[in-house]
Amino acid sequence: MAMEIRVSLLLLIFLSSAVISFSLYEDQVGLMDWHQRYIGKVKHAVFHTQKTGRKRVIVSTEENVVASLDLRHGEIFWRHVLGTNDAIDGVDIALGKYVITLSSQGSVLRAWNLPDGQMVWETSLHTAQSSKSLLSVPINLKFDKDYPVLVFSGGYLHAVSAIDGEVLWKKDFTAEGFEVQRVLQPPESSIIYVLGFLHSSEAVVYQIDSKTGEVVAQKSMVFPGGFSGEISSVSSDKVVVLDSTRSILVTIGFLDGVISFQKTRISDLVEESGNAEILSPLLSDMLAVKVNRRTIFVRIGGEGKLEVVDSLSDETAMSDSLPVADNQVAFASVHHEGSKIHLIVKLVDDLDTVLLRESIQMDQHRGRVHKVFINNYIKTDRSNGFRALIVMEDHSLLLLQQGAIVWSREEGLASVIDVTTAELPVAKDGVSVAKVEHTLVDWLKGHMLKLKGSLLLASPEDVAAIQEMRMKSSGRSKLTRDHNGFRKLFIALTRAGKLFALHTGDGRIVWSMLLKSPSKSEACQRPSGISLYQWQVPHHHAMDENPSVLVVGRCGSDSSAPGVLSLVDVYTGKEISSSGIGHSVVQVMPLPFTDSTEQRLHLIADTEGHVHLYPKTSEALSIFQREFQNVYWYTVEGDGGIIRGHAMKSSCAGETADEYCFTTRELWTVVFPSESEKIISTLTRKPNEVVHTQAKVSTDQDVLYKYVSRNLLFVATVSPKGAGEISSVTPEESTLVVYLIDTITGRILHRLSHQGCQGPVHAVFSENWVVYHYFNLRAHKYEVTVVEIYDQSRAENKNVWKLVLGKHNLTAPISSYSRPEMFTKSQSYFFAQSVKTIAVTSTAKGITSKQLLIGTIGDQILALDKRFVDPRRTLNPSQAEKEEGIIPLTDSLPIIPQSYITHSLKVEGLRGIVTAPAKLESTTHVFAYGVDLFYTRLAPSKTYDSLTDDFSYALLLITIVALVAAIYITWVLSEKKELSEKWR
Amino acid sequence: MDKGKAVMGTGRRWAVDFSDQSTVPSTRDILDPPGFSRASPEQDDSATSRQKKDAEANWKLQKAWEVAQSPFKNLMMMGFMMWMAGNTVHLFSIGITFSALWQPLSALQSVGKIFEPFKDNKVELLMPKLVFLALNLGGLALGIWKLNTLGLLPTHASDWVSSLPPPQEVEHSGGGFVFH
Repeated sequence: MAMEIRVSLLLLIFLSSAVISFSLYEDQVGLMDWHQRYIGKVKHAVFHTQKTGRKRVIVSTEENVVASLDLRHGEIFWRHVLGTNDAIDGVDIALGKYVITLSSQGSVLRAWNLPDGQMVWETSLHTAQSSKSLLSVPINLKFDKDYPVLVFSGGYLHAVSAIDGEVLWKKDFTAEGFEVQRVLQPPESSIIYVLGFLHSSEAVVYQIDSKTGEVVAQKSMVFPGGFSGEISSVSSDKVVVLDSTRSILVTIGFLDGVISFQKTRISDLVEESGNAEILSPLLSDMLAVKVNRRTIFVRIGGEGKLEVVDSLSDETAMSDSLPVADNQVAFASVHHEGSKIHLIVKLVDDLDTVLLRESIQMDQHRGRVHKVFINNYIKTDRSNGFRALIVMEDHSLLLLQQGAIVWSREEGLASVIDVTTAELPVAKDGVSVAKVEHTLVDWLKGHMLKLKGSLLLASPEDVAAIQEMRMKSSGRSKLTRDHNGFRKLFIALTRAGKLFALHTGDGRIVWSMLLKSPSKSEACQRPSGISLYQWQVPHHHAMDENPSVLVVGRCGSDSSAPGVLSLVDVYTGKEISSSGIGHSVVQVMPLPFTDSTEQRLHLIADTEGHVHLYPKTSEALSIFQREFQNVYWYTVEGDGGIIRGHAMKSSCAGETADEYCFTTRELWTVVFPSESEKIISTLTRKPNEVVHTQAKVSTDQDVLYKYVSRNLLFVATVSPKGAGEISSVTPEESTLVVYLIDTITGRILHRLSHQGCQGPVHAVFSENWVVYHYFNLRAHKYEVTVVEIYDQSRAENKNVWKLVLGKHNLTAPISSYSRPEMFTKSQSYFFAQSVKTIAVTSTAKGITSKQLLIGTIGDQILALDKRFVDPRRTLNPSQAEKEEGIIPLTDSLPIIPQSYITHSLKVEGLRGIVTAPAKLESTTHVFAYGVDLFYTRLAPSKTYDSLTDDFSYALLLITIVALVAAIYITWVLSEKKELSEKWR
Repeated sequence: MDKGKAVMGTGRRWAVDFSDQSTVPSTRDILDPPGFSRASPEQDDSATSRQKKDAEANWKLQKAWEVAQSPFKNLMMMGFMMWMAGNTVHLFSIGITFSALWQPLSALQSVGKIFEPFKDNKVELLMPKLVFLALNLGGLALGIWKLNTLGLLPTHASDWVSSLPPPQEVEHSGGGFVFH
């Protein structure tokens, strides 16, 4: 018996030594993780088609990315993410080799090397006031071998050398309040015309010597109506602008420094009236005006006379003008017709000449065309060919050439706003999994290769073969559920209102769907998505139903705009239903109840203070009415510093006939003094988090009972002065206070104040603990504090016999009104990094120990064991405590380079980390989103419940075979020996 | 092995019986010599025989006591081994503890068998058996004590509550910042 135990223990030790270590080996990269690089919705594109070298396009995006894309395949050559506060105002190419970007409201000008994207120079421009900024790279302006770049921003006009970024001269317009609208440069002249508005009612033209910045001449003229909106320059001496009523087009001529106005009513040009809008401001000699839903093309006659030359009734996207051969200028327009889009390239001078007309089948789920950029190239027969880069409503980027989509990029995924997970369908009986697996010979061969690899006998070709085999192994990209729950779908909702289902195996898009408007009204063409919930997850009942997710959207940007609910089938990606709900959406509360088909009950609160129950079925209503007294609702008003708690009052039958609508009454308020505290962060536990046990056992077998409650709200407030930038205040001026508030009773359970600290606070709340990250002004370091909450009232349950016999109340349902006594333990540590977001791993049963996933300022994700943020850490832990795994206390948390789960990759513009449990208890899915997407699988306590992929089955098999053979041989030998003994 | 037997069994053609049958009187043709009495040794004086039997019984009792006390030595050795093994759970201490539990258990199971050779009408075996039982139970207790010191027995409150899930909550609440 003792022997058997020894053997089994030995085996256990052997197996536990075989599991993978915490960090990754180089050849394991990409086995479980994937990384996708995006750029975001393109704002502006500049083509660069050098005669030699690769064809590329420079784009700037709404995610503040400047990137160079390959025109052939759409791959990213290089890319720079400029940070959230560094919005790009303009991008252009200078000297044919530099990409110039103007960003941060025109205060930063940078030049990037075109081929490799390295920064050449950066210049900070002095800005005095906020104004629109303008980047202009004159093509043929040159002096002293230098090519100036003209930048207007913040009241100054700068001329900056394109070669080294030196400011050549600057002109101060701050005193007058002059806003530059256009910089025009007549050819063969060193004088530049700077046109702008003064208080948007006076047009001013400066003639400036481009060499010195001196004003040569100035003319101004007051326009009584006032100007508004975009300006369109139609020729070298004329611009067109709308007046403040948006019904009159004003042509401003400034020939030879003489300003003249010419007014034309839009109603004279077209019959329709209404607010007009000038489209595509860089269309020369002609302008496009959008009135109602019509686009009209207006040409400027010789004497400034306007005439309509063409009009398009559909919504049309237009490109800027593009010079083609023989001094001709072309432009492209794209409009929809059914499921096709039509790309038409015409000459500006002669609208009847159609250079190109192409019709392309377009996916319905890309929506409308938002932007078009065109570029021409010379075909082999010396005629002009055109390629068009189009940006769709779902933010995707497509290149059209020769009537086909050459490539497309799903740039919507760069702006994910909410993520949830979903299961894949169960494998059907008819489809055999074994068919996909190899034959036995292949299997053995593969394992022999692996064995070779593990014994360091493999040649480079073998290593490559092993790597390839691993990538293909276990059908990780199959579209069926697997036993371990490693294959899942991540459903991501993007800012454009598109849903994407991403496969965890390889990150491919399984389906995508653009939210549709329930009504075809003008006001709500496309609802904007707000958030995403799991609506139906068939688990025990209703197994034949497909799981679905609930997308809550809104028609318009205002919070009182009516909401839209959309149910989407997860397996097929089809919208099951979409409905306008007739009331606004300010909050969505998933309730912990499901009906007989496992549809989860949701409450949606509106601006009136009413809540609405969904799904609208009588069954849901009866379930809700049973729990009516126990459902509460709270709101956080960040501006007023007030947290309000509400309870359900009655059905709002008196006001409306809707029986699924309920009124609420205010129960409690927590008011923070506005002069000393400002709410900067609130956080609750994830509602679907599983906690395995309520007890925490310490070294001396003592029990602490965790205070595990879903109704706890973590609130962080900071002094109003300290709410700004880090280190903008002295330590005396800023205090950080954190609260734990019960959201049922409004009781403040715990309050902790940090003197001389300030936000931003990034926190994570799991089980009975909160970990938060903030800045300590005194120490000039970031700090991390952990608070663990324990229940004192249960601590009396210590009698073993009562527990054995089950005579305790530890599992009885508890109420927040029973006033639990609680105590907390907390500890603080320094942390060397600035943090963007924090998340925590979650597993199926909650047994596995947890890891904090810290999104660092370097856009990487650091996995930190919860053991490092344990308030029981002491300077000199006892032997027993050491055995339990308590780490000696240090003043700062270690950053171990191997524990970056993103290894060498960066999740640019990291905004959030989502974790989801796999079926296997040891493993958790981690999905990080920002401009990039990153996914990996983590095992915080190593994969103790399964053998790793690296486990050498071949070695095991060989050992068994050898052992059986040895047994047989020794048996035969012993038989022979016995026989010969007997004969002796 | 079977093969060998078979060869030997079938190979027998003839045999000589060397067994001495002279001691069996009925099959004997020749009479005993005069003065030779076959019965004389059996019919020796009963006193010496009784004496002999008493000595044997004493010897058996003595042996039984020895057997009964033998677990004590074992106990001592086990105690020493346990002290050596320490109080942490690892291969050695677990092995020691389980053998300390197993040995008394197997001894207790086979009490009857162990004392069978000493079974006699005249030998009082109850006391040795009781001592044997007591010592083995002592050994068992030592093993269990060791098990407890290793922390493998559920004798603390923590062992009973660590698998209890957190209690259900009566109230439910939701909310947060207003969507913008």
